[in-house]
Amino acid sequence: MSPTVARSASAATPVPLPESSREIVAAILDRLHELPGGLLPILHAIQDELGFVPPAAVPLIAKALNLSRADVHGVISFYHHFRGVAPGRHVLRLCRAEACQAVGARALEKHVFKRAGVGFHETTPDGALTLEPVYCLGNCACAPSLLLDDEIHGRVDIERLDALLDALGR
Amino acid sequence: MSITVYVPGDSGALAVGAERVARAIVAEGERRGLSINLVRNGSRGMYWLEPLVEVVTPHGRIAYGPVTESAVASLFDAGFVTGAAHALCIGPTDELDWLRRQERLCFARVGVIDPLDLDDFRAHGGWQGLERALDAGAADLVRCITESGLRGRGGAAFPVGIKWNTVLGATAARKYIVCNADEGDSGTFSDRMILEGDPYRLIEGMAIAGLAVGATQGYVYLRSEYPHAARTFGEALARARIAGWIGTDVRGSGRAFDIEMRLGAGAYICGEETSLLESLEGRRGEVRFKPPLPALKGLFGMPTVVNNVISLASVPDIIVNGAAWYRDHGVGRSRGTLPIQLGGNIRRGGLVEKAFGITLRELLVDFGGGSASGRPLRAVQVGGPLGAYLPESQFDTVIDYEAFAAIGAMLGHGGIVAFDDSVDMAEQARFAMEFCAVESCGKCTPCRIGSVRGVEVIDRIRAGSAAEQNTVLLRSLCDTMTHGSLCAMGGLTPSPVLSALEHFPQDFAPRERTREPAQ
Repeated sequence: MSPTVARSASAATPVPLPESSREIVAAILDRLHELPGGLLPILHAIQDELGFVPPAAVPLIAKALNLSRADVHGVISFYHHFRGVAPGRHVLRLCRAEACQAVGARALEKHVFKRAGVGFHETTPDGALTLEPVYCLGNCACAPSLLLDDEIHGRVDIERLDALLDALGR
Repeated sequence: MSITVYVPGDSGALAVGAERVARAIVAEGERRGLSINLVRNGSRGMYWLEPLVEVVTPHGRIAYGPVTESAVASLFDAGFVTGAAHALCIGPTDELDWLRRQERLCFARVGVIDPLDLDDFRAHGGWQGLERALDAGAADLVRCITESGLRGRGGAAFPVGIKWNTVLGATAARKYIVCNADEGDSGTFSDRMILEGDPYRLIEGMAIAGLAVGATQGYVYLRSEYPHAARTFGEALARARIAGWIGTDVRGSGRAFDIEMRLGAGAYICGEETSLLESLEGRRGEVRFKPPLPALKGLFGMPTVVNNVISLASVPDIIVNGAAWYRDHGVGRSRGTLPIQLGGNIRRGGLVEKAFGITLRELLVDFGGGSASGRPLRAVQVGGPLGAYLPESQFDTVIDYEAFAAIGAMLGHGGIVAFDDSVDMAEQARFAMEFCAVESCGKCTPCRIGSVRGVEVIDRIRAGSAAEQNTVLLRSLCDTMTHGSLCAMGGLTPSPVLSALEHFPQDFAPRERTREPAQ
């Protein structure tokens, strides 16, 4: 095998799933594979358990649902919610939509980038925090809003944002 | 005797500290040897007063707000458990002008009841519509909804009865009721408030729809950005099923109707009905060509009713009170009420359910109290990110689908986002294109490419680079998107762009900017 082939093969082969993750994915597939149109519930279940949808899980999902790997990859990559890499210990989703813009979301966005030192879809080097944009959390009368993990926060200003990040040790 | 205290579990209230307030009230009650019966209700929709705490007294429910954790001890000191005066006391909830001036039909129970308590739901008129529907004929149910004049509240305003009638008339092995709870428009939260504040109402409406068209399975497609709503609604489904209101044998009638909740995954486009169906089938949320209509070939190729949460939640009362009762509210061809949501830079933001016919100005000034910042309101965006920006000169427009269409705007799902005079409308126009670029499903070129080019052209105009020619180009691009896109995403993105350009051309001129354009 030539080195070139070996390199491209390794690039295409995802990091193997740890045994514990493989068991979790297998159990989810066993439970949900007969659900009509069940790919999204399966992806949600995997991400809820593992924090992301590991690329190495794609062939397992495809086999269980009798889909091609491309089909499954296409669905994962279509939806903003699904991630292919592990997030930080905390995920901060900052609302970028109009109601939040009207009361200072753009300034918050700048501030959080500066403070965390990373942008959207990125994780701080210490693995503590992943930043993601979100377009509306349905809290438009108490804007600006953000979701920190699954907790919603409203009327967020720079001071409150700092307090939330301080509490995370960030 | 125990004292009943309401502290909303609505996510808007939780976002501003309701959970901490609830815990503090329980702890303080225990410390004082008082027996507190804490109820986590939905929100009354007066979000500037959240967390809004209510206590039950012989004179009705007395409201206090906005309550902070640190104010709880002083509330007890003042005797709030008997409804006593306090700086935060705003009086009996039922007498608050802001609520009294509304016509709350769909939202009659939201904030009033314990959302998950089946007895509370029943005591406030719940299940009456479904019980009647179980005894009625399918065609009569459809006729009642048609005659009520109810139009789809998701945004497209298509008559609900006509859609139902198409599904009723279709012959198929299975039919579906799909509830569109992918409430992605910025400035809207009425679906969320129903899901969190009166979830059985939606279940009842969907079950009636199932009986009306002959569907046995329902799906609620709920956006993943609403984790609290998902928890509450999931629990409501489980309880309703145990109580026999949904399932294989609805209340012993021998008729089946069950509901499954499915979560979206952060794609705005999945609020478009055909994209939503693709997503429910486990695929990329790419828009389908129409025809065939989903009413004939919808979910899994079967006849499907796709209705918004508010449309379905409006159904039970129409069945109970009759088509004429509902039709008597409203103006022109806009019948009934619209739950309007005030958000953004507004002093008193929240949920205003009113019969069609109120003006935008009454909503912004009488209900909203003007801007939150105290500066003049400069523009409002109505109908979400695809809605037009309206200047102050159009604030006398009446809330009516046709009146909005006449000024090139749309009511959409009833969200109103207010901006004060610090807004840069060229930046807002740019964001409309940017949002479309992020959220386009990619199926059609005008939307997928047009939005990216739109951002670039607006950037050139704002930089003063051949501004005149580029403005002509922007209009031409918008024309292509309007007429060449497959769905409303690309088709309506020009609406905020062109309205901003039309009403606020000065903002597009190059000038010293305090903010750099977002990347």
